[in-house]
Amino acid sequence: MKQLVNRLQARYHYALVVFKELVKTNFKLRYQGSFLGVLWSVLQPLMLFAVMYMVFVKFLKFSDGTPTFPISLLCGTCLWQFFSESTGMGMRSIVDRGDLLRKIHFPNYIIVASTTMGSMISLAINLGVVILFGTFAHAHYTWRVLLVIPSIVQLYAISLGVALLLGSLYVYFRDIGHIWEVVLQAMFYATPIIYPISMVVDRGFGWAAKVMMLMPTTQTIMDIRHNLLSPEYIPTVWTTVNNKWLCLIPYVSSIVILWLGIHVFRKYSAKFAEVL
Amino acid sequence: MSGNNTIDTAATNDTRPVVLKVEHVAKYFRLPTEQATGLKMAFLNWTRGIKGYTEQHVLRDINFEVHQGDFFGIVGRNGSGKSTLLKIISQIYKPEQGKVTVKGKLVPFIELGVGFNPELTGRENVYLNGALLGFTREEIDAMYNDIVDFAELGDFMDQKLKNYSSGMQVRLAFSVAIKAQGDILVLDEVLAVGDEAFQRKCDNFFSQIKHDPSKTVILVTHSMDAVKKYCDKAILIKDGEIVVSGNKNDVADQYTLENLKSAKKSQEEQLSEGQYPAGLSERVPKLEVRADSSPLVKTSDPFRFHVEYEFNEKVAFYLILTVLDMQRGGIVYDTAAELQQTKHGHQTATFELPLNAICNGNYRITAQLRILPDPDNVKSNQQLAYTDENRSLDFALRIPGNNGYALLNKSAMRVAQVN
Repeated sequence: MKQLVNRLQARYHYALVVFKELVKTNFKLRYQGSFLGVLWSVLQPLMLFAVMYMVFVKFLKFSDGTPTFPISLLCGTCLWQFFSESTGMGMRSIVDRGDLLRKIHFPNYIIVASTTMGSMISLAINLGVVILFGTFAHAHYTWRVLLVIPSIVQLYAISLGVALLLGSLYVYFRDIGHIWEVVLQAMFYATPIIYPISMVVDRGFGWAAKVMMLMPTTQTIMDIRHNLLSPEYIPTVWTTVNNKWLCLIPYVSSIVILWLGIHVFRKYSAKFAEVL
Repeated sequence: MSGNNTIDTAATNDTRPVVLKVEHVAKYFRLPTEQATGLKMAFLNWTRGIKGYTEQHVLRDINFEVHQGDFFGIVGRNGSGKSTLLKIISQIYKPEQGKVTVKGKLVPFIELGVGFNPELTGRENVYLNGALLGFTREEIDAMYNDIVDFAELGDFMDQKLKNYSSGMQVRLAFSVAIKAQGDILVLDEVLAVGDEAFQRKCDNFFSQIKHDPSKTVILVTHSMDAVKKYCDKAILIKDGEIVVSGNKNDVADQYTLENLKSAKKSQEEQLSEGQYPAGLSERVPKLEVRADSSPLVKTSDPFRFHVEYEFNEKVAFYLILTVLDMQRGGIVYDTAAELQQTKHGHQTATFELPLNAICNGNYRITAQLRILPDPDNVKSNQQLAYTDENRSLDFALRIPGNNGYALLNKSAMRVAQVN
């Protein structure tokens, strides 16, 4: 038994060493050669936000009538950016690092984990910017900010699960790459980021709003915005869907997604080196 | 059940611990018959009930043991499965059958500089490469200076790798490989890197590690010199099976023989009726040089061989035999117009070549058939036929103690000092 514990320790020690080094390398390489370097982590979502703000808030007049809508838009953009980046890059990571897999034996889930962790670092920087801007944009910080941490963990778990699942499939079917792009786009529009959820309800699609809120990504993003920015104005699944048990669906499905990702990945990962 | 059917008999009375045990390992690959890396093809194949791939058996029932401190060689021709075996040992591939047991830290070098990134500096690459091999930052810190010294790249470590010359990159990679403090080192054809000075360094390193009882090295190579020099044991793999196991000299010699044979076999052309292979013609439909016994020569007795020819014209003719040195290059010996033949028709002439003057090496005997229309004038000769690669005789000289850098050995020629 003790031997088993030691072996497990040894195994994860190796994984951790590789993980740290890969995250570090990815981070270094990410802004390699660009003039502003890591500043792009901050600038990119801000510029994206500026575009969206101009188009949707100023021009199309999307708003839920609360003063927190702009900062909520920025926050949503950053969170969505993380989800789409980590799943997209995570999906391709196994194929992209095929050179490593074919030459050396190491726990290959580390590749996916380190890629998603790279996006996580960007998200952390972005959220810093969001919090800073929030102080000027009517954000109401309460003790609930602490609840953001488990939500971020949940978001990471969903992304990792999806990345592991797609990454395994992508090794065998490159079609997944194209399909996922479309799915991501669809999911983006199905998530109340550029528009407030109240807009959907106001137009008589109350049921649709409820279904949308039950998507694990939407639920997480709304939870984070709710707890971080404004517990008063931003709705969550709990305020939209009245049935307590139904509200648990997104939380449970997050765990299911992660489990499924790990399960599929473990099943096929031994063959990756040969297929690539 | 394990050790019983291991071919390696020398290992049975070895008391050193077994660090690598390969038992009944078999591996096959699924080769897609049509491009199946798409949803469409996968779906179509599924609806048609086609498997969409063929199975290729790369390894069948491989068994061997490596003991601590061994310098173990794996040789085999291209495509024999040795790289696959190496990947299975390194746990990159999973065998379909059998199992591999490894004790200790195995450091694989299927390719040098795995994970090297041109955008990172030399230093960062060393740490990254080290991490992939399973070393923590502290462990690499400890061996970092050794690595840099061995690679002789002290001034370049903070330069990006893309600014290195290819030789420098390989040197760095190789230094990481051999300075990495693993217990079992797996090396795939990496001996031929760097300039001469670096080669000599590697040579010293291998000789040194050979005498270190705690380090085990598994080496895959085509160089029989390396096998004979460093290895204590070796296996020869052919078509996914172990053909020879144990003594390194047997393995090296057998490997040379395999290469001689296959060079012949692979070239057997398919010729239709009325066509003649290169060098032969209607006038001389047959001309071939054959060894009397094995083309692998281990004694210095004269080497006996036959020349089979068919020539029916009533003209004076002769055979020219030429010995070529396939390793060092050049013509070793030529019979000129000495071998006049009298028998016409389909004949076999037997010759003997004395071997006491030349050192070990790979040689080829070619034959030519020439006619001499005017017997008094040698210059009037005309070449009618010659043996091409397939009909010449390749033989390997492997007399113990007869190695030499030069062609002639000491009994044939010796420089005398006169002052």
